[in-house]
Amino acid sequence: MAMEVTQLLINAQSIDGTVRKHAEESLKQFQEQNLAGFLLSLAGELANDEKPVDSRKLAGLVLKNALDAKEQHRKYELVQRWLALDMATKSQIRAFLLKTLSSPVPDVRSTASQVIAKVAGIELPQKQWPELIGSLLSNIHQLPAHVKQATLETLGYLCEEVSPDVVEQEHVNKILTAVVQGMNAAEGNNDVRLAATRALYMALGFAQANFNNDMERDYIMRVVCEATLSPEVKIRQAAFECLVSIASTYYEKLAHYMQDIFNITAKAVREDDESVALQAIEFWSSICDEEIDILDEYGGEFAGDSDVPCFYFTKQALHVLVPLLLETLLKQEEDQDLDEGAWNIAMAGGTCLGLVARAVGDDIVPHVMPFIEEKISKPDWRDREAATYAFGSILEGPSADKLMTIVNAALTFMLNALTNDPSNHVKDTTAWTLGRIFEFLHGSTIETPIITQANCQQIITVLIQTMKDAPNVAEKACGALYFLAQGFEDVGSNSPLTPFFQEIIQSLLAVAHREDATESRLRTAAYEALNEVVRCSTDETASMVLQLVPVIMMELHNTLEGEKLSSDEREKQNELQGLLCGCLQVIIQKLGSEPTKYLFMQYADQMMGLFLRVFGCRSATAHEEAMLAIGALAYAAGPEFAKYMPEFYKYLEMGLQNFEEYQVCAVTVGVVGDICRALEDRILPYCDGIMTQLLKDLSSNQLHRSVKPPIFSCFGDVALAIGENFEKYLNYSMPMLQSAAELSAHASGADDEMTEYTNSLRNGILEAYSGIFQGFKNSPKTQLLIPYAAHILQFLDSIYMEKDMDEVVMKTAIGVLGDLADTLGSHVGGLIQQSVSSKEFLNECLSSEDHTIKEAAEWAKHAITRAISV
Amino acid sequence: MAPHDLRRPFKRRPISDQQKRRELSLLRQSQNRSDAQQRARNLASSVISLQSSSPDFDPEILSEAVPELDAGSESESSSFDIRQASRLRGPEARKWFARQLMLPEWMIDVPDNLSQDWYVLARPTGKRCFVVSSDGTTVSRVRNGSILHHFPSALPGGARKKGTSGPAQSYSILDCIFHELDQTYYVIDMVCWRGYSLYECTAEFRFFWLQSKLAETGACDPPSFYHKFRFSAVPFYNCNQSGLHSAYTGSLPYVKDGLLFYNKHAHYHTGNTPLVLIWKDERCSQYVIDTDNNGEVPNQQHIVLELQDEGKLVTSDDPPVPFSCLNADFVKQSGLSSGALIRFAIGDGGLNCVDGRFEKADLQYIGVSNRARAFADSYSKIMFQYMARHSPLKIEDLASNISHENQQDKPLEVEMSD
Repeated sequence: MAMEVTQLLINAQSIDGTVRKHAEESLKQFQEQNLAGFLLSLAGELANDEKPVDSRKLAGLVLKNALDAKEQHRKYELVQRWLALDMATKSQIRAFLLKTLSSPVPDVRSTASQVIAKVAGIELPQKQWPELIGSLLSNIHQLPAHVKQATLETLGYLCEEVSPDVVEQEHVNKILTAVVQGMNAAEGNNDVRLAATRALYMALGFAQANFNNDMERDYIMRVVCEATLSPEVKIRQAAFECLVSIASTYYEKLAHYMQDIFNITAKAVREDDESVALQAIEFWSSICDEEIDILDEYGGEFAGDSDVPCFYFTKQALHVLVPLLLETLLKQEEDQDLDEGAWNIAMAGGTCLGLVARAVGDDIVPHVMPFIEEKISKPDWRDREAATYAFGSILEGPSADKLMTIVNAALTFMLNALTNDPSNHVKDTTAWTLGRIFEFLHGSTIETPIITQANCQQIITVLIQTMKDAPNVAEKACGALYFLAQGFEDVGSNSPLTPFFQEIIQSLLAVAHREDATESRLRTAAYEALNEVVRCSTDETASMVLQLVPVIMMELHNTLEGEKLSSDEREKQNELQGLLCGCLQVIIQKLGSEPTKYLFMQYADQMMGLFLRVFGCRSATAHEEAMLAIGALAYAAGPEFAKYMPEFYKYLEMGLQNFEEYQVCAVTVGVVGDICRALEDRILPYCDGIMTQLLKDLSSNQLHRSVKPPIFSCFGDVALAIGENFEKYLNYSMPMLQSAAELSAHASGADDEMTEYTNSLRNGILEAYSGIFQGFKNSPKTQLLIPYAAHILQFLDSIYMEKDMDEVVMKTAIGVLGDLADTLGSHVGGLIQQSVSSKEFLNECLSSEDHTIKEAAEWAKHAITRAISV
Repeated sequence: MAPHDLRRPFKRRPISDQQKRRELSLLRQSQNRSDAQQRARNLASSVISLQSSSPDFDPEILSEAVPELDAGSESESSSFDIRQASRLRGPEARKWFARQLMLPEWMIDVPDNLSQDWYVLARPTGKRCFVVSSDGTTVSRVRNGSILHHFPSALPGGARKKGTSGPAQSYSILDCIFHELDQTYYVIDMVCWRGYSLYECTAEFRFFWLQSKLAETGACDPPSFYHKFRFSAVPFYNCNQSGLHSAYTGSLPYVKDGLLFYNKHAHYHTGNTPLVLIWKDERCSQYVIDTDNNGEVPNQQHIVLELQDEGKLVTSDDPPVPFSCLNADFVKQSGLSSGALIRFAIGDGGLNCVDGRFEKADLQYIGVSNRARAFADSYSKIMFQYMARHSPLKIEDLASNISHENQQDKPLEVEMSD
């Protein structure tokens, strides 16, 4: 059955395009016609030490791709096909794979490791290949070093591929024992030790039980810590990676080891190779992440029922940790701000310092201030930049009270540095720090404002001036302006920005038009700042925002006139279109209601024309932004929007069909809702098409699941808009709702993410029911809904019993109960009275502290009373 | 196995502006959806068909027609609610809103069971208006439907402001009196709250809801940028001796203009209703007897009646009370048409009543009424004004009625226990 594939595989890597293409097609054909033979041939090729390395490696890769894919539906298909193969073929392939682990060629062994893990990922959950782990581990001690290394690597990949709950604890123990022994200093072979250390990183998720056992945990921790001292840099780095992972997975088990870990990490940060030092800093960043999460969740007070208490590791280490991190800040690289991908110890150290500030709050300030004061005016730019960066990093976390005096004193200094400092690097960090000051210490919640009549003019002048600086510095100035505007969000009528509004807008537009605006994200930052300035503007400046409309429209128009562009230029063009559509969207939301609406709507026709042309450009980002803008426009236009429908409809349909770029699909679904509310029954002519698409979307297994709940909500929007005309869709939509309801009623969440999804699905289903009931209310066709009532009440009862719904679902659910009673009235009085929802659930909602739930419940009670009293 | 990338965002905001736009859109959409649904929940009670809004359209008859929709007699009529109404402009809007207020009858005799079944409150002096907050703005309309103020308020959905609690864009309708002196809207009734209709709720419930909900919103706070006028709930009392006394003599932050009596069990009923009554005397009102355009009390009582076909002159009541007839030639000569509101003076012959019902009147034609007016006078108003000029109903009459009620109760109990 197997076939000679060597030549094909070598040809598939040929430099000659025709040869390559031909080989690829033959392989594809082989795969389609005879999957078993195809896979067997590949496995045989991989295992055969007499074959060329290149063909063997590609054989492994093709084999791997025949077992797994990124897209969920494709992956599912591949898994099913593997499972359907006959046992003899599968055994033979498995044997080939295991044999390859002993190959003298390292690359081939590594490829085999990954393929074995993929097969395990499919088979172990099905209780197939039960002997795999046993056979990998049976004689690991007697194996030659290179086989041992490959075996450990395989175990690592296997742990990455397989979920812990399908591996028996006995096997887990054996895997961990083998891995940890491989890491031990007693292991003489560095390749083995490195493979073991990397395998442990993957296997940590399996070690729950072992970390609960003091002796086993001590042993694992000792070996990991010892590995951080290995003479081999790669081993040290891998060992620190394990520590980083342990910091987040087993935070609560670390108290015993923190002193040792601090010493190890401090030594690594100060003395080790940068790749190791970065991991050592990351350990502390991860500890901070954990503590920030815990403190966020429990507000600092450890209640008896919370899972993990805060051990305040950061706080305890503060006096030694902060100096350590401050030292790193002085190790900047020249021009790091110009390199998007840069990541070095100074950046990592500053980032960690920022996390420490969030974890400990006020306490950090006295540890950092002396450093800042000492260095901020030094002649060496490294000192000044480090001091500024330290300052900027600690602005989030400590209280406004603690920071206010310092910030007020620093502000003038910063503005001065922004104007006069000769170093680009210092200016970049200074502008960023100003942005942080405005982000965290400026706004309606801050008692004593840092921006006053006295300094506002100067701040804006300096920022506008800085926007003409190098792109990286100008970008930070735009960011600072963004937060400056945001802080005046709730200011009311007299915004201090009003006198400068025109100048700010013009400066931002000028920045966006700079020739070097595509460097350092400058153009994006300029439009983002413009958006925020518009969002936070007041009625006083509405006329200036209105003047902006034709300007932005003209820019969008210009992007559509482009001649032939290179693909790189086109990409930049599409990005710009996205930014401009985003900007128009913000303006529509700002001006699209009273009293500016009428003046604004004079541009609607032209604007719509531009959006339609943007759709023609077929870029996902621009498409999404234009769609969002149209949703906002529909909301503003109301029934008037009907005139755009004939032309717009095909793009709406196109969006609903876009499974691959699911955000486009999701956004379009939202816009369908906007249009339903704007057009009401005038949407009717388009409903057949829309409903068909929505139903197709729901049945597709290609579409990202996050889009499905909003599609159900959209059913409700359609029903509410067209009322009893929804009749013809009942036969299709109701069974779908019903089966989704059954599924979501008992999807007792395996984890938080699942519970969250289940609740969003329930909410979508319930919103659909509400819309349908309300749409049919007072119609003679109400009785069409009676047959569904029992199931809907049952659904409400069962989600109530599951006790895992969130407030949003609770409110929607009790609303559905009211809608059902209100629309069907006495027809379902008996059914309602039998339901748990009409009693316990209703009572629970009536006594809810959330006033929206309570009000929905009051209303439901009212409707039920009427329904059962008739 | 390569080492893992551990780069973290550097000098970057955690959320991109695009993500922010997406989230704001989703927020807007979900608010709009829940508003649309709440609006729909409200329709059953406030539904009014625009198609039938012919000049003599009557809200009461139409709201009674709603149950017929259920029966299937009518299916194509476009449902019409307050939000759609808020899009109406000019005369159409005025006409619609003019029909939405519950209008008290004037108290021409004292109802039974005042102390048990009625609330009393002191009516603030000022313009009666309907205050609608929705879509980030608040509009007040006076009795004839024209706009008094267009302003931001802390009412639900009453201002374009982020971060307000609850479904920010849902709408509310309050029945208010705007008191010029302290520029305050005194709320006398609540019609819709956060999109929930209170039309079909009893006054007892509406007043309770009003007292508990209004303050929560901050609408009672002093004016600010997003809240141009202060709102205040009018205190109400059970109409027993002490309640009546408090309302009549109690000191209040506003200038009183008579007493309003609300039947506790009555729903909010658009148009005239005998279940809300107004009563005035010189002590609690500056405006007991109607004045003319110059603020003077005319020698004769003036009344406004609506001209119907065949020269019939009727009140604004439902059903209308016929008062008199105009000669067909006179109608033709004066160029009057059906529906016109005509002002008359009551001559020395006065009003003649038989058994408490109106029998005939001595009317003297003055001319067509001021165009700002939307309605003819009601029967009770004409009678109250007439009584005020001749034999007014006094506060003592009200008080004695209440004490009489109480005395009546007691012997009844004694008798029963015998």
